[in-house]
Amino acid sequence: MQLFNFSQPLHFMRFKWPALLLSVLLVIGSIGSFATKGINWGLDFTGGTVIEVGLNQSADLTAMRDTLSAAGYPDAVIQLFGSSKDVLIRIPLRPDLVQEKVGEAVLQALNAKQSTPVELRRVEFVGPSVGEELKQDGGMAMLVALIGILLYVALRFEWRLSVGAVVSLGHDVILTLGLFSILQLEFDLTVLAAILALIGYSINDTIVVFDRLRESFRKLREATVDETIDHAITSTLNRTVITSLTTVLVLLVLFFMGGALINGFATALLFGIAVGTYSSVYVASAIAEVLGISREDMLPAPPAENEVEQV
Amino acid sequence: MLNKNPAWRYVVVITMLLLTLVYALPNLYPEDPALNISARGGAVISEQTRLQLEQEFIRAGNAAASVQLQDGKIIARFSSAEQQLQAFDQAKNLLGRNYIAALSLMPATPAWLSAIGATPMKLGLDLRGGVHFLLAVDMQAALDKHLNDLVSQFRNDLRQADIRYQSVKANLEQGQIAIVFRQAADVEQAASLLSKQDSQLLMNQDMDSLSLLVSLSEERQRDIRNYALEQNITIMRNRVNEIGVAEPVVQRQGADRIVVQLPGVQDTAQAKEILSATATLEFRLVDTDSDLTAAIAGRLPGNAELYQSNDGRPVLLEKRVLLTGDHITDAISGYDEYSQPKVTIKLDTAGGNLMSDASKSAVGRRMATVFIEYKPGTEQRADGTPVLVKQQEVINDATIQSRLGRDFDITGLSSPAQAQHLASLLRAGALIAPIQVIEERTIGPSLGKENIELGLAAIQWGMLAVLIFMLVYYKAFGLVANIALAANVIFMVGIMSMIPGATLTLPGMAGIVLTVGMAVDANVLIFERIREELAEGRSVQQAIHLGYDRAFATIADSNMTTLLVALILFGVGTGPVKGFAITLAIGIITSIFTAVVGSRLLVNLIWGGRRLQSLPL
Repeated sequence: MQLFNFSQPLHFMRFKWPALLLSVLLVIGSIGSFATKGINWGLDFTGGTVIEVGLNQSADLTAMRDTLSAAGYPDAVIQLFGSSKDVLIRIPLRPDLVQEKVGEAVLQALNAKQSTPVELRRVEFVGPSVGEELKQDGGMAMLVALIGILLYVALRFEWRLSVGAVVSLGHDVILTLGLFSILQLEFDLTVLAAILALIGYSINDTIVVFDRLRESFRKLREATVDETIDHAITSTLNRTVITSLTTVLVLLVLFFMGGALINGFATALLFGIAVGTYSSVYVASAIAEVLGISREDMLPAPPAENEVEQV
Repeated sequence: MLNKNPAWRYVVVITMLLLTLVYALPNLYPEDPALNISARGGAVISEQTRLQLEQEFIRAGNAAASVQLQDGKIIARFSSAEQQLQAFDQAKNLLGRNYIAALSLMPATPAWLSAIGATPMKLGLDLRGGVHFLLAVDMQAALDKHLNDLVSQFRNDLRQADIRYQSVKANLEQGQIAIVFRQAADVEQAASLLSKQDSQLLMNQDMDSLSLLVSLSEERQRDIRNYALEQNITIMRNRVNEIGVAEPVVQRQGADRIVVQLPGVQDTAQAKEILSATATLEFRLVDTDSDLTAAIAGRLPGNAELYQSNDGRPVLLEKRVLLTGDHITDAISGYDEYSQPKVTIKLDTAGGNLMSDASKSAVGRRMATVFIEYKPGTEQRADGTPVLVKQQEVINDATIQSRLGRDFDITGLSSPAQAQHLASLLRAGALIAPIQVIEERTIGPSLGKENIELGLAAIQWGMLAVLIFMLVYYKAFGLVANIALAANVIFMVGIMSMIPGATLTLPGMAGIVLTVGMAVDANVLIFERIREELAEGRSVQQAIHLGYDRAFATIADSNMTTLLVALILFGVGTGPVKGFAITLAIGIITSIFTAVVGSRLLVNLIWGGRRLQSLPL
């Protein structure tokens, strides 16, 4: 069984300009969304208190809101979490509150109104300095990862491919952040981990195409650059799609079965892998092509390849 | 050509797989509800106590599955949680307050597995429930306190050297001490005197204003910060032990943070009170003139108070306090000239003077060290928080051999362990830097259990989906890839269990699921490559050989970059992100191994030795 079996390479590069234009538009749209809507930072980044409680019947959110307003938390955000019996309460940082005490106070206020006591599932309090540091650390991690990849690819391949790879990774990260901004999904620590994992996954895809590109440049001596790129992408298309498919399979399982805590993680990776698969095919190679990559850039062959030729 | 591998390769790979399988095994065994009992003050529990406890459980009709003595602590296992709770009360009644009992879940690893050091993976708080605190140490306060101490020390030093000064003042904002003199010659003289006494001071002479500005060197500041952090960690360890938690974590994080994790603890309020409780020390003389038995009976002499020592003895102490613990700057355990354990105490200048004056007339008398701590008691305030109860006990008393100064030794200790414990209590006595809770996470036990179930289910179903897909798509070769994938999971779990610091968290489980999805990538690359080589008209054996060889460069390149990302994640991330990075990194390495080495051996074993016209691919 085989997904695709092409006798001729598909003409991917024929659509490189429309594809790049689409990517540019999507990136602009994402950045526009950061500027206007911002990102819905989770507790890990904003600081504050989150309380998750379990009830033994469906929650009456309005009543809970009233209870907490009366208890001195009019700014509490209350929402269902995963099921109708599971409630998430967020209390933002406020200078007049002793944050360390908020969790207990909220629980007491709720229990005073409930006939059966609510079950405390988790309380998380994050101080203001911690969140700010986390944003910086996370941004730093992404930056260091991108620079590391830039250097590695430039060393192992060629600088144009390196730029192509990093631009396509930046593209994936920006679009995923854009999705979280447009849909106002909560961006917490697990989403940060997912985006960093996405960088790792997406570069994997890109490298596989580049690797084949290097080989194709050496093999197809008569072909134009566009044709060579088309050949490389076409011959790795089966692998690209199948690997994405198996990863998407497990991510779907995580998305539907992983529980509410892991939902953001799965969402970010599902979207990111869809975008990443597209970008490793189109953005990375197209940019290297636009930057003027040529057959001469990929020669001479490293010794490892000569060995294979002798077989 | 044929593709054959020497037998030793199979032996090596199978041995590795079996070895990791053995180390992965403990994860399959459930946990026993258990009781961990340790003696207060770091003492070692005797076999006799163990036997006593075992018999008590039997007498109360609550026989334990096992009561074992391990590293000076007792671990009693029970078959049910109710039994465990009953035993908790029974043990407390029997052993009294000199022992700390803690409820815990102990892994039921069979003896033959624990004998070779195989243990189950450590579970993060998000999977087992518990409290996580991140504490920040107020370093500014530590530096300020040090500067203030230096001010009194300088005054003292200058006075003793007969250098006349106008004023010695600390400027805390600038981290400086300004000493103003009456004449220029004194400035010079004082600078050389002070820098001779302490080379870590930076002197800045200002002749015009007749002043000397003293600041601390970077190195000294770093030492102070480190000491403040270490001291706080010691204090936290002691207090966490008091709460009676099994397997607590007290760890340094970064330059000024402490992570405290208390698995299984649900009452954050109590844990917080204990962690932020203040402890102090007092040195007092032992009253040997009055009648101790009369005092116990209630007839206390006017100038004395009755105390309990930590081994349960009553001690009569004078009311006058020689010195309080906030003058202690350091306490180090060590050995004296007779190789007996001792604790060396260092005092600040003011403390040294006080001690010197007080001990002058008391040589030959006994001096007691009283440890005072505020702990939550059983009583509760109206709002449900426990009332803090002042607890005092004599942690040590020793004869004053000679007049004491800024440094003195406490000897007559029973063991090096006791010396270490006393030193840590003394250091704990005076917090040089206050702490603040900057992050707190409580995960309920039911949520922890749910998270494990969710994670396991996700791994199972995710894996099943991938297995079926590979089997359908690549047929017999899919089966090989699936075996490699199963081996990969065994390797991951085995290695995670072997690494002592690796903790499995919910994001870590997500990392395993993700690895399952991505691990087949290497095999997909190889199989696609083999298909291509076949399509280009190569023979079956050549195609297998070339497929593996050519795909390897690609696999290595692409996985190196992913590994790079995992390492960066590990370096920059904290807590859950670190957990995720560990599983991702291990997964990448094991998946390359199983997909490239393992599956190739298998493919060569099945198809490599025959002349074939086609492959079931």
